[in-house]
Amino acid sequence: MAGKIPRIEAREQDPQTRRTNFQEVCLGYTADEAMLEATRCLQCRNPKCVSACPVNIRIPAFIAATAQGRFAEAAEIIALDSCLPAVCGRVCPQETQCEGLCILGVRGQAVNIGKLERFVADYSREHEPVVLHTAPANGRRVAIVGSGPAGLSCAHDLAKNGYAPTIFEALHKAGGVLEYGIPEFRLPKETVVKSEIDNLKKAGVRIETNVIIGRTLTVDALLNDEAFDAVFIASGAGLPKFMHIPGENLNGVVSANEFLTRTNLMRAYDAAYDTPVYTGRRVAVVGGGNVAMDAARSALRLGADVTVVYRRTEKELPARVEEVHHAKEEGVAFRMLANPVAVLDDGRGWVRGLRCVRMELGEPDESGRRSPTVVEGSEFELEADTVIMALGTSPNPLIASTTEGLAIDRRGCIVADEHGTTSRKGVFAGGDTVTGAATVILAMGAGRRAAAAIRRFLSEPDDARRQTD
Amino acid sequence: MGMSGVLPLFIRLYVVSKISFIFVTKTAIHLINFMSIQEKPEIVCARAAAGEGVEGLIIKKRKLAENIYLMAIYAPRIAKAALPGQFVIVRAGEYGERVPLTISDYDAVCGTVTLVTQVVGVSSRLICRKAKGERLTDIAGPLGRPSEFVHKTPDELKAVRWLFVGGGLGAAPVYPQVKWLHARGATVDVVVGAKSASLLLFRKEMQAVCSALHIVTDDGSAGQKGLVTDVVRRLVEEEGARYDRVVAIGPMIMMKFVAQLAQSYQLPSVVSLNTLMVDGTGMCGACRVTVGGKTQFACVDGPEFDGALVDFDEAMRRQTMYRPMETERYQATR
Repeated sequence: MAGKIPRIEAREQDPQTRRTNFQEVCLGYTADEAMLEATRCLQCRNPKCVSACPVNIRIPAFIAATAQGRFAEAAEIIALDSCLPAVCGRVCPQETQCEGLCILGVRGQAVNIGKLERFVADYSREHEPVVLHTAPANGRRVAIVGSGPAGLSCAHDLAKNGYAPTIFEALHKAGGVLEYGIPEFRLPKETVVKSEIDNLKKAGVRIETNVIIGRTLTVDALLNDEAFDAVFIASGAGLPKFMHIPGENLNGVVSANEFLTRTNLMRAYDAAYDTPVYTGRRVAVVGGGNVAMDAARSALRLGADVTVVYRRTEKELPARVEEVHHAKEEGVAFRMLANPVAVLDDGRGWVRGLRCVRMELGEPDESGRRSPTVVEGSEFELEADTVIMALGTSPNPLIASTTEGLAIDRRGCIVADEHGTTSRKGVFAGGDTVTGAATVILAMGAGRRAAAAIRRFLSEPDDARRQTD
Repeated sequence: MGMSGVLPLFIRLYVVSKISFIFVTKTAIHLINFMSIQEKPEIVCARAAAGEGVEGLIIKKRKLAENIYLMAIYAPRIAKAALPGQFVIVRAGEYGERVPLTISDYDAVCGTVTLVTQVVGVSSRLICRKAKGERLTDIAGPLGRPSEFVHKTPDELKAVRWLFVGGGLGAAPVYPQVKWLHARGATVDVVVGAKSASLLLFRKEMQAVCSALHIVTDDGSAGQKGLVTDVVRRLVEEEGARYDRVVAIGPMIMMKFVAQLAQSYQLPSVVSLNTLMVDGTGMCGACRVTVGGKTQFACVDGPEFDGALVDFDEAMRRQTMYRPMETERYQATR
């Protein structure tokens, strides 16, 4: 029977309406839709979806409970492995993870695991909030640097097992990329992010905002002066990259990080807030990842015509298919096989456009993607009042440069193994600060593995831990 | 002075003397301390007055000039970590912007940092309207790299003939730098400039920590009439003063001309760039400036740079990016 019911897609705000507001695009399932979709799950004995999930959520079990309308129980099952289900149900790339390995997907359409998770999390928040499990305090204190997905999930697993985690956040709000990076229309801040973080606080996770590790306190100060037993560094992706082309410092050229931080964390789209953000009439977004899509769709909502400029073709776009689809529906234009070579000055120090060259795809490179090469004599101009550079990030040197003996790799990322173990005893690291910019869920997985490693480390006898620093 | 002021005075005596006892005789220390206490009778030790857990509390507020206020903020971790040259980011109110402000003084024992703010827009107006006993919503720092000289030994510092130039609000961040150098026995000349006498900042404080203080105002209402560069020119060209290093903090345009002048004397200069910023930790890139042909982030690579290498025209232009929107909001709100 499962195979006969078509996959149920969640309802969405109409593209023409949503392109003018910052409310959530996806409206989610009703209870009936969720129960029906849940019946599609084959309840595999050896579920591949679970192993494809970076935090190994017991997917068939929560779906079985959902199918029977036992939503609160489904939420409890998810909470065993994830503290951010309402977040992950919204922003995980399920198509390459759990849903990507769903057996139904081989012949037909995978179970809509993401939307089910989202429904269960939302239901739980609105009706019967999950009480996260805690254990009696064991007296061990762990400092966590950064309140993004890696830090939060590490804190969750530690609190669950009786450890006392304190998260230090550099910004004035907890959440990391969930707050400053991902737009409100994909991930509502007050209803979703804040409530999931509040739930963690109830489970004993302390969060101190406005503390910049590497400046306000160093990692060594955390271990020595503030007497933490271990430190987990989850400080995120870092500094925005630029192209180093002429005109890049003209007024009107911003990084996606700046544009999104102004819009999300600083709520520039809301007139009640003092933060300015500038788009002008035409915005060009350079890049093709999820961040580029977020910037493009935000600029659209601020009233601009938006073109994404990308040097390969649609097939190579690193952004999720769903994000590209949404962007197109909303009216974002795409200029593929184009690469900026200069930002053009209007004569008064402001952007007037981009000079681009056309590209063609050559042989596949190491990453397997066909590398673009310039078509000779193909220069053209693209008008723009604002240029948003969404080219990725390079590591922030702040922590590495202020922590003696912490090894970094050639790119400047902190070196850590799969358990988050670094070159410094008692110092663990995970998430984007180790891998470079990746996804929310991968960072959460790193946070969980680090929590396990920290527990093992702290259960060693004291003298064994203190040796060989 | 009531009882509340007594204990802190002793603490202050202790700290200042601990820092400088190697360089000056005990009697001199007491004299200096006595002077600085006389200048700031209203200072109350934050720890005594406030207790723990009220980060951002405004311990002291003083009007320095029209639209310019000095505030001592309770922020013990920042006060403990702060070094000359660094800044903080503050936010006044849940709807407020993150505003970078250079630290004008800090006191690790009392747990306070001192900030000087001038009303120039919506956010600075919000900060300046906060009263003593109220809290800034957020204060984060210290941010940026400290001044390079904090890594030098007293002997190295004493071997340098320093000239500091503080223009307008820039006199405030000059103060902790001069104070640091003075405490280590260095010889520091200071030029403080402003539009008019009533806008001169930190005059007395500066007097206590520098070798020679030169005042200059646009209108001649105090000190020499003219610009800070006129004073520098007079000192170097007419009076034969010799310096090894110039540090200029103030409006971008002033720093540009001081750096140019210094370069004409083959004198290395350091400037502190007050660029736009959002997070202040390297994440947004709003603060990027061109230094020696390379893009740098003022928040993590600076805020201090070699004055000879900074592209000031670009930096000044970039400062104006949101100005029309800011002006509009400033006028539309009260």
